[in-house]
Amino acid sequence: MSTEISHHKTLSESIPRKPRIATTSLCGCFGCHMSLLDIDERILQLAEIVDFDRSPITDIKHCGPCDVGLIEGGVCNAENVHVLREFRANCKTLVALGACAINGGLPAARNTIDVGECLAEAYCTPAIAIENPGIPNDRELPLLLDKVRPVNEIVRIDYFLPGCPPSGDAIWQFVSALVTRRIPRLSYALIKYD
Amino acid sequence: MHEKERAPTPEQAARHAITRYHHDPSCLVQILHDVQDALGWLPPPALTAIAETLGISRAHVEGVAGFYSFFHLEPVGQYRIFFSDNITDRMLGAPKLMAMMCRILNVEPGHRSADGAVTVGTTSCTGMCDQGPALLVNGFPVTRLTQERIREICNLIAARAPVKEWPKEFFLVENNIQRSDQLLKFRLDPGSALKAAVAKGRDGLLAEIHQSNLRGRGGAGFTTATKWEAAKKAPGPERFVVCNADEGEPGTFKDRVLLTSYADHVIEGMTLCAYAIGAQRGFIYLRYEYRYLVPHLEAVLRQRRTLGLLGKNILRQADFDFDVEIRLGAGAYVCGEETALIESLEGKRGTPRIRPPFPVTCGYMGKPTVVNNVETLAKTCLVLAESADEFAATGTPQSSGTKLLSISGDCARPGIYEYPFGIGIAQILEDCGASNVQAVQVGGASGTCLAPYEFHRRIAFENVSTAGSFMIFGINRDMFEVARNFVHFFAHESCGFCTPCRVGTSLLKNLMDKMHNNKGANYDLSEIERLTDILKTSSHCGLGLSAGNPVITTMSKFTDVYVKRLQPFEFEPEFDLDKALARARQITHRDDTEAHFQDEREILS
Repeated sequence: MSTEISHHKTLSESIPRKPRIATTSLCGCFGCHMSLLDIDERILQLAEIVDFDRSPITDIKHCGPCDVGLIEGGVCNAENVHVLREFRANCKTLVALGACAINGGLPAARNTIDVGECLAEAYCTPAIAIENPGIPNDRELPLLLDKVRPVNEIVRIDYFLPGCPPSGDAIWQFVSALVTRRIPRLSYALIKYD
Repeated sequence: MHEKERAPTPEQAARHAITRYHHDPSCLVQILHDVQDALGWLPPPALTAIAETLGISRAHVEGVAGFYSFFHLEPVGQYRIFFSDNITDRMLGAPKLMAMMCRILNVEPGHRSADGAVTVGTTSCTGMCDQGPALLVNGFPVTRLTQERIREICNLIAARAPVKEWPKEFFLVENNIQRSDQLLKFRLDPGSALKAAVAKGRDGLLAEIHQSNLRGRGGAGFTTATKWEAAKKAPGPERFVVCNADEGEPGTFKDRVLLTSYADHVIEGMTLCAYAIGAQRGFIYLRYEYRYLVPHLEAVLRQRRTLGLLGKNILRQADFDFDVEIRLGAGAYVCGEETALIESLEGKRGTPRIRPPFPVTCGYMGKPTVVNNVETLAKTCLVLAESADEFAATGTPQSSGTKLLSISGDCARPGIYEYPFGIGIAQILEDCGASNVQAVQVGGASGTCLAPYEFHRRIAFENVSTAGSFMIFGINRDMFEVARNFVHFFAHESCGFCTPCRVGTSLLKNLMDKMHNNKGANYDLSEIERLTDILKTSSHCGLGLSAGNPVITTMSKFTDVYVKRLQPFEFEPEFDLDKALARARQITHRDDTEAHFQDEREILS
């Protein structure tokens, strides 16, 4: 009796659906996203086989259920944590894209300095001649974490794609494998940096 | 000990030390020791003065000073106390004793007390595992610590009593020889092995060592004669012999005993090697933790010079000049690796070199150098004084002779045991009075962890290979904590040269701590496995290659201690996210809802 129902279910599931991709830049420089654009005309191929969800490319503000999420940048403030959690909750496969997402990168250079001192240096140093010096405390502004963290210290991460930034070719090979449900493998040349 | 009446200026101290070492930049580590002895620490002006006077860069001097854990670049207390943090010391209660001392003296662990009198911290294994828990005070070991002894020490510090006036029994280091065989029973008449060697000639000596099939006792088991022959054949006028007395492998203390009571054997072994390869200079590279042995070793060297067994024309041989200098390490496990040791001897950071070339052709100062373990050198005397065939007849065909084991941990009779190679683990455990054994760690932190089903195995290069460390863990011990202790050790001792090891050992440490704090999930376990794989495949030297071993072996043999720590959730950060915003809340005076995190699981539900 339930055979028919499950049969229909299988049918509806088997209708090809484009994989959805979401991307975001947390505490990064958008260099990894620039590198994503470096796949050049292949982005048209990509657009044919995937749909983009939340991403700087689409300007969609919140992420829906996705197959792949690409995270650029480390985690430096409360908003980064919220975005990262949203991605983890919605993306089947989450990828740390580039050096900052993997290790914290350049922003993590502040980790040995007290966050109060950092802000005081930036907003209260007389030499910089800021009008009304003082540390901004508007409720709209996300608070800084005491340390910049790699994304895998906040949520589970499935893949790490290294590079500062990873090359367009590396991103293409990696993402095209993921969305066609192949295991991503990168040749040595694509992950060799010196 | 090293308390001084009136401290010299940093410049005076630097000048004095540099003069003592003849303006030789290769003696930088020794110069830094002298300056620190005079000043209590290494203040920036002293480093600048050393760099300028020696004509080397300030960065190099600071780089070297910063490398070794017993050089202090920040002011330290007049009393510098470091508790041995090896797992065996911990099992004997070291952490509690240290907490007690910190409480009495009102000092934070790892920091200097407010009055500047005392610094209390931890250090890697001090080689007193058979009589722990132990600590070092101003470089001198205090053994068999008890609450009472801690109280006495605190009183002495409160009274500002100089360390040299502390009760002698505090500093008593016993040999604890529990089983003697060939070597430990052998009383060497100084010079007798050397005379036998000279009678045989250089080639005859090499043939004899070859015949004995003596292999290196430092763990690697390289054939001693092959090493000596290679150094002898290497081109160049100058050659060196180095005795590796940087016994840093956690749980090892056999070299301590040999240097204490068999120093003549060791130095005669060095002289035999010098004769065989044609070396004129030798070094004993002594770990800082055994600094208390320096006066004794100097006395033995002096006596041997008086007997004509060191110096010019040894045993009246025309071209047989050889002498030995003692060089002190400064707290770096990696310097037990022969090329790192040589770097340190040359006054550099102890970064292992890429091999080949091997030290036998390109060692100290780029010259042919033999680096041998203390025990190996002592055994060469045995080969000469008795016979090579007799030596080769002991042990197994591939591992001839005997092996000294440093036994510590959960057993009735810890100490030194000398056994012929081929001895079974079960027999050793019976002999030292160990019952209800859960595991034995053979070969130190980087060695092999054996579970009871493997106790039929035997000590030999071809079976269970070891440099001598043998730590026993009873059924009540938590093998996860044992592995975690070793992982901390490697993270601390990584030389920092290659990224896989520098970063990998720290990440591994963080993950093991996360598991310890009950924050670990399945994901973290697979991360641990991934990291150990990276360490094993990408590290520059043996330290990194073996740093994951304690985790890999305990994970496969004692899986339940990991599994029982696993949390049911998919992932949780190791730190408290909301607390990570506390400082920012404080400086912005915010406490609104946006200034806090909700629990992630609430959001997801």
